[in-house]
Amino acid sequence: MRNNAPLRRRGGISWSRRLKDYFATAMAVAALLLVLLPLAAIFIYLVQRGLGSISWAFLTQTPKPVGVAGGGMANAILGTGVILGIASAIGVPLGIGAGVFLSEYGRNRFGDAIRFTADVLNGVPSIVIGIVAYSLVVLKQKHFSALAGGVALGIMMIPTITRATEEMLLLVPRSVREAALGLGVSRWRTTVSITLRTAAAGIITGIMLAFARVAGETAPLLFTAFGSQFWSAKINQPIAALPLQIFVYAISPYDEWHRQAWAGALVLIALIVGTIAVVRLIASRGMMKGTA
Amino acid sequence: MGVGIEVEGLNAWFGTTQALHDIVMRIAPNHATAIIGPSGCGKSTFVRCLNRMHETLPETRVTGKVRIGDMEVYGNGTPAVQVRRQVGMVFQKPNPFPAMSIYDNVAAGLKLNGFRDRGKLDEIVERSLRMAALWDEVKDALKKKSGASLSGGQQQRLCIARALAVEPDVLLMDEPASALDPISTGKIEDLIFQLKENYTIVIVTHNMQQAARVAEFTGFFLLGRLIEFDKTEKIFTNPSEKRTEDYITGRFG
Repeated sequence: MRNNAPLRRRGGISWSRRLKDYFATAMAVAALLLVLLPLAAIFIYLVQRGLGSISWAFLTQTPKPVGVAGGGMANAILGTGVILGIASAIGVPLGIGAGVFLSEYGRNRFGDAIRFTADVLNGVPSIVIGIVAYSLVVLKQKHFSALAGGVALGIMMIPTITRATEEMLLLVPRSVREAALGLGVSRWRTTVSITLRTAAAGIITGIMLAFARVAGETAPLLFTAFGSQFWSAKINQPIAALPLQIFVYAISPYDEWHRQAWAGALVLIALIVGTIAVVRLIASRGMMKGTA
Repeated sequence: MGVGIEVEGLNAWFGTTQALHDIVMRIAPNHATAIIGPSGCGKSTFVRCLNRMHETLPETRVTGKVRIGDMEVYGNGTPAVQVRRQVGMVFQKPNPFPAMSIYDNVAAGLKLNGFRDRGKLDEIVERSLRMAALWDEVKDALKKKSGASLSGGQQQRLCIARALAVEPDVLLMDEPASALDPISTGKIEDLIFQLKENYTIVIVTHNMQQAARVAEFTGFFLLGRLIEFDKTEKIFTNPSEKRTEDYITGRFG
């Protein structure tokens, strides 16, 4: 084949071009390593410092008073679960709903305004969101609560999920929507059962990004969920949360508490990674093989 | 059974551009009618007006009358979804639902419209896939494989099965074989021959041999107007219009 000859004859490629090729590849690899390095370093350090303090007691007991050895963060683990549950219950449906609106009905100035608002909301510092939740919920209820924490984190999830949903829905080709409309399926049914379903994998990724981002938030919880030393799963009461507990323990003067803070950080990361893994597993079971 | 289609004074617009001018056409039941013409002449727009798909695009407008059987397509009380259930459509590019199994693709039209009888659904899916000459190739992986994992020709037959499953009276095909190889095209054409017994078929095609092979009647469109509509044989051997002759002899288009 005459046309392939230049491709097969490696000797035909000049030295300078090969050198450039090696150089570009080396730069790309170096950039990759540079990005991965901090991540790996954090993770290794965390495991080193935290793993030793993780015990059955740490995972099942509530904090002990200052000076008493032992105790754990079980209530904070539970509290983080409760707060994230509330946040997801608020952020996921609102975020997906807004995303559907933007992609299906938002090709106009009103849609642009919402898109801009969502992007701004995404950039609002988390402490400010905390103040909003404080004035919306805490001041009304006249006490701190898990609900207030959940509202703060839920608001933070909305813009990420909205934009991810919109982007993913826009990737669904018009031909797929037309196929459903052509079968006499109504527009809203097409959106829910065809478009959303086709984009589900991407939307779930967006939700997981939002979830992971807010799971480690501390600032908005300081004056909403407030933290607690006791078992509580009541959404109307102040509640413990891992980031808060880590914060309090880390700035304390006690070695025992420092160790527990490290362990708490490791547990928090494990919880986030674990949740994402479980959701992905469940989602992939629902997907068909060979999906484009 | 197939039903006839009567089109009277049909006009269609995209924004301010008029894509169809005063189309009048009577399409015979249980026959295949081919729509030919150069690119951009309004062929696709015409068939998309027959099942009210044209109006799903932004800033579009339609005036005129279309009657399919005894249904006024653009009548006041006629919902678009009902029209589309009675007038199935197969698109130019195969468009199976990528996140659904082969079975769910075929069952989609019924399921999404609230049909729940599982036993009956199995029956309809098998019958539709058999009619579309796809059953033998997919019967072992109905619920395991995605519609998107099939080859292009198989995907198009899957789309035909999907359209047949809702039991329409009319089947619109918008260049159904233009993205397929000759063997798949042959299969689709054989299919059209068989489907004529039970359905009225309107097929848009760029391929004049294809029109001659499958259709009893042919309409020639040019610049949004129906130039000539007659028996296929007449159109291809002895057209009344100079412009039709020019097109089929390859002088333009």
